[in-house]
Amino acid sequence: MTEQFEPTIVGFTCNWCSYRAADLAGMSRIKYAPNVRLIRLMCSGRVDPQFVFKALAEGADGVLISGCHPGDCHYVEQNYKTMRRFALLKKTLAALGIEDARVKLVWASAAEGNILAEEIDKMVAEVRALGPLNWKGSEQLTVNSEQSAVGGRSSAVKEMSL
Amino acid sequence: MSKPKFAMYWAAACGGCEIAVLNVHEGILDVDANFDVVFWPVAMDAKYKDVEAMPDKSITLTLFNGAIRNDENAHIAQMLRAKSQVLVAFGACACEGGIPGLGNLTTKQAILDTAFSTVSTDNPKELRPQTTFKMPEGAIHIPTMYETVKSLDQVVPVDYYMPGCPPESHQIAAVVGLVIKALKGEAQLPPAGAVIGASQSTVCDECKRARGEKTITAFTRMATFQPREDQCLLEQGILCSGMATRGGCDARCPTANMPCVGCYGPAPDVIDQGARMMSAVASVVDSKDPAEIDKIMEGVADPAGTFYRFSMPSSLMRHART
Repeated sequence: MTEQFEPTIVGFTCNWCSYRAADLAGMSRIKYAPNVRLIRLMCSGRVDPQFVFKALAEGADGVLISGCHPGDCHYVEQNYKTMRRFALLKKTLAALGIEDARVKLVWASAAEGNILAEEIDKMVAEVRALGPLNWKGSEQLTVNSEQSAVGGRSSAVKEMSL
Repeated sequence: MSKPKFAMYWAAACGGCEIAVLNVHEGILDVDANFDVVFWPVAMDAKYKDVEAMPDKSITLTLFNGAIRNDENAHIAQMLRAKSQVLVAFGACACEGGIPGLGNLTTKQAILDTAFSTVSTDNPKELRPQTTFKMPEGAIHIPTMYETVKSLDQVVPVDYYMPGCPPESHQIAAVVGLVIKALKGEAQLPPAGAVIGASQSTVCDECKRARGEKTITAFTRMATFQPREDQCLLEQGILCSGMATRGGCDARCPTANMPCVGCYGPAPDVIDQGARMMSAVASVVDSKDPAEIDKIMEGVADPAGTFYRFSMPSSLMRHART
């Protein structure tokens, strides 16, 4: 029997709606794919595109961004910023050759545990069908291993500020 | 007493950095008065084997400009690292990959096809450069082009970063002046790994244009629009990278009524310049309607090429998947 590919998905949720939706899904004993590693932020507006790139570059097969429905943001309108940022992020990801289904924006209120669970199931199935992203492995190594061991400034700073 | 030794090298570069150094005018005489120039292919004759013969750490200061595009670039970078006490990644290409780094949005194959098999090239036999070719006199070699472009620090450790495309001449003069003082024991060099010859803030901070509330409903481009000279360019719908870009250039481009293109690299404490640009631009678009947002964003013709114009190889993703 061949083993099924299990994607790793990083999920950014907001403190007020989508994280509570995940909580509700758990309390309601809704079964959904265990592939998403949820990270709680105060607001989906906190999701800097750097977070998404870092997740994808360092091994995630997909990224889920989830927040309150438009109009319901605890911080009035930060999720509109998320919406606009996401539009630009999608265009850039497409230029980098990353499939649409790997990065998803889902609105889920604190009462919508079932919706979040459904969306996660859907996303996991889609990313599973796409296969591993394996971003690091996709770079053809053109410099020998001794040279690429030098991380340079970029990697040192990355550890500090993210 | 012999003078301290100076070297400058160009890897995947356009030569603009060298011009910027010569643009310090009579300041170049200070370089000559204080340094013994041992290797500088643009300005003087020297062979790689001359450098190879030098003892390790015998060159005091090396300004290395250009990105790492092929195995010759990497080889010289390693050699100069070994021979130099202070190795400076000089200019945007050495610091972040620069304009050659845009090659990371496509493949080596596609680049070669464009260069050798498109309508502007007369190449009926579809010839491609060979890295080795046998001649009666023996085999000859040309450097092997890498699949992706790398910044200098992705190949060897770097002591300082001096950004800019090219670095501003007054900044170069200041840095050279500081090194000369340090050699005489009159000043201290900044801590290793520092960005030198640049500011600790953004281009916006140096820009004289008036800034107000930003509410963008459409993006426009320089080719079809004459912006006002006193108002923030972004507010007028021009994609200006000033807010995600390190200062130090005295906002030269915005002053000349052109948008900042981001050549001084990510602002302090920013890793991924393009991501910050995306964040900033999205924040000032004035719409809450997804369809309208998509329409406005269509005005950003080439987001990856625009936001990562100089920093693709040092961005978090480094390259596109092709």
